[in-house]
Amino acid sequence: MNVLDFARAFFTDSAHWHGYDGIPTRFAEHVGYSLEALVIAAVIGLPVGLVTGHYGRGGNTLALIATAGRALPSFGLLVLMVIWLGLGTLPVMIPLVVLAVPPILVTTYEAVRSVDPSPVDAARGMGMPEARVLFQVELPVALPLIYSGLRTAAIQIVSTATIAAYVGLGGIGRYIIDGLYQKDYEKVVGGATLVAGLALVTLAVFWAVSRLTVSPGVRRSG
Amino acid sequence: MIRIESVTKRYPDGTVAVDRLSLEIPDRAITVLVGPSGCGKTTTLRMINRMVEPSEGSILLDGQDIRQQPVNTLRRSMGYVIQNAGLFQHRTILDNIATVPRLLGWNKQKARARAAELMERVGLDSALAKRYPYQLSGGQQQRVGVARALAADPPVLLMDEPFSAVDPVVRKGLQDELLRIQEELGKTIVFVTHDIDEAIKLGTKVAVLRTGGRLAQFAPPAELLSAPADSFVEDFLGADRGIRRLSFFPADGLALETAPVVPVDADAGEIASRATAPYLLVTGSDGRPLGWSEPDKLTAGAVDREQLLDYGRPFLPATDSLRTALDGAVLSPTGWAVAVDGEGRAVGVVSQQVIGEAIRDAHSRVAERADAKAGR
Repeated sequence: MNVLDFARAFFTDSAHWHGYDGIPTRFAEHVGYSLEALVIAAVIGLPVGLVTGHYGRGGNTLALIATAGRALPSFGLLVLMVIWLGLGTLPVMIPLVVLAVPPILVTTYEAVRSVDPSPVDAARGMGMPEARVLFQVELPVALPLIYSGLRTAAIQIVSTATIAAYVGLGGIGRYIIDGLYQKDYEKVVGGATLVAGLALVTLAVFWAVSRLTVSPGVRRSG
Repeated sequence: MIRIESVTKRYPDGTVAVDRLSLEIPDRAITVLVGPSGCGKTTTLRMINRMVEPSEGSILLDGQDIRQQPVNTLRRSMGYVIQNAGLFQHRTILDNIATVPRLLGWNKQKARARAAELMERVGLDSALAKRYPYQLSGGQQQRVGVARALAADPPVLLMDEPFSAVDPVVRKGLQDELLRIQEELGKTIVFVTHDIDEAIKLGTKVAVLRTGGRLAQFAPPAELLSAPADSFVEDFLGADRGIRRLSFFPADGLALETAPVVPVDADAGEIASRATAPYLLVTGSDGRPLGWSEPDKLTAGAVDREQLLDYGRPFLPATDSLRTALDGAVLSPTGWAVAVDGEGRAVGVVSQQVIGEAIRDAHSRVAERADAKAGR
């Protein structure tokens, strides 16, 4: 049997489509963890990136944090957190957020900093308050790059969120871990396919959001 | 009126960008700040809208220190145009122009209506309203920059090398447009450039600054050309300041000769009677000049147009300067310039010698005026 047969067998088995271990439930759990981690990472990364980018300071510190964040192994961090904090969602969220903050923070900083300085100068010279300069002049132009940082973070979260299953939580990771344990390769392949599918859906969502919110003037000239 | 009073800008590293500069910028006129790079002209301009704060001295606007009002209120009362236009690429042309009215709290509809009005004023096709900046040429973008600065009808306009990034032909168009707009609106304009020709063309008064931010001379352009304060100003004006100065003398006083002008269908008698000058200007049946010819080479009723000499570039006595007239005479192989009316019909000719006399007269009149002023 090859991978495609495994996948077909997994997805055509009606038992996999309902119940607490059914695909919709696991998928929803996975999306839930991922969204939660992404929102927390964005709440930390976006404001810090926007403000440091606007004032053009703190780039070195950010690079240091980013490198440190990327160097931390998610799985190791998860085990450490579980030992420290016990089982639950929090020890899972911490490694996911640590994974996602650096790309959001660094690209947001770079995106704002690389905005052409002359419209910013013009805006200030016309008497635009500083907050409006950031949100109405810099942000709309920086948006495509900021989205790319969020997208990278989101995809890393989606693929890494499978580790939640190691500490007894749900999500698509359940299929992979249980499948490996039970030597049920149908399940393993099915789970992996679902994770890949979700990553593609994430890409599509970002593409759509970008189409809707980035000005055509920026999209075409950028 | 804007009064710059003994203003110095010193940076923390000790560099002095502007050194005890005092200037009285007249209302409703174009004041040009010109000088080599590092002369502090842009810094001076940016101190007027407090983009840069002076280290010493003060700037008064209508008698009041500019630091007495909130900085953004001050800036919204002064239009600001910068080198690369600095348009907001995510906004349409109309919304770019509407920026300051929106900042002042106008509603969207009113701000856009005003923006549309401004597009017309600066010579932009209304079809461009919904476009984005990347879809416009450099010259068009700069027009949008000017329109944006004028949108809230500020009494003061600050322009920082606005036309230096566009090619010479477009630049000339933008300069002419600015002069036209200024004639209609009468703003108090402070204009920074490194181009002395631009300064002389646009300035009502020109402030020449030298490296280190010190004022070398502050005078109307004609005076700058006739009486540079020192060798720095003289060098900065360039080698042909004498010729350029002629731009300020009108050509309407030139004594035109009509005798050497003959129509293409003139008979032998007429040709002979007009052969007082070494050359005759032949005109077509519409009165426009065709070219020069020696009288004895003209055959009555059968002029060979191929044989005629080029007549250079004609000038309009009513509006052109002695510089244009002299240029026409120099360009013509005969050494005579052709004067035409608004329709391009030849109204007379004038020799280099006569133009030379007119130049001497103009110079002596200026000198008399200067003496009279000094004696007062």
